[in-house]
Amino acid sequence: MPNELLEMNRQEVASQGSAEQTRTHKLYTPITDIHESKEQLVLLADMPGVKQDGVDITLEQNILTIYGHVDQPELPGYTLTYAEYGIGSYKRVFALSNEIDREGIQASVKNGVLKLVLPKSKRAIPRKIAVQAE
Amino acid sequence: MLFQKLTDNDLFGSVRDMQRLQNSLNRLLSDRIPVEASAEFPPLNVWTSENGVIVRAEIPGVAPEDVDISLVNDTLTLRGSRNPDELKEGESRHRQERGYGLFTRSLQLPFGVEADHVQARFSNGVLQITLPRSEAEKPRRISVVSES
Repeated sequence: MPNELLEMNRQEVASQGSAEQTRTHKLYTPITDIHESKEQLVLLADMPGVKQDGVDITLEQNILTIYGHVDQPELPGYTLTYAEYGIGSYKRVFALSNEIDREGIQASVKNGVLKLVLPKSKRAIPRKIAVQAE
Repeated sequence: MLFQKLTDNDLFGSVRDMQRLQNSLNRLLSDRIPVEASAEFPPLNVWTSENGVIVRAEIPGVAPEDVDISLVNDTLTLRGSRNPDELKEGESRHRQERGYGLFTRSLQLPFGVEADHVQARFSNGVLQITLPRSEAEKPRRISVVSES
């Protein structure tokens, strides 16, 4: 069976400005899909190892920050001998162009994927304006 | 792969081999295992001890029942597929970074394992397979009897 699933490697988050993390573990950018419909934005982010309660989402003005915490695996007696992925938490920041209905934001985590549904606020949904003939 | 290199090396071969072994051991002992970037999906991390090997794979977005694990002799194979998130009418994509489709990964284990006692656990998109080393291949201490 051919391996047709190729994926970009996730990158470590470069330190932004002067802000540094208080924890010493690594921080990665989760790879993300975003699609939009008339009513909402849907964001899917791969965050393997993140539990439902390890997710933190903030929306400030139009800046959306997603964060997912990953615990280091504890395998007593075992040593990591070969690694293709680094273990760390996830963080990514998006600037949203649409006005979002904050109250209606829904987040869920399933099988290591964060799904975020961001409904557009009523004001931002395009309205059809009928032109009246005079 | 590292552990293959370790086992394939002739311990008493050349000096270069000894150095290579030394480097590998240093890597084993220090925590800083370099991450070998790979476009292969899923990426694997391998943990070893005297008693077995633990393989962890990051497979986010795949249901546990959609992953097929097989073990033939000392080769472990993971198979599965990730289904695309279909767009409904009127939706548009802004960003598409995640991959979809079939995947297969094979890994040669550093030693024979007890096939009947292999355990696999899937949580939060991380698959963990524990493969205990077969008793016959465990390192044994050989005592020397003096003949005086």
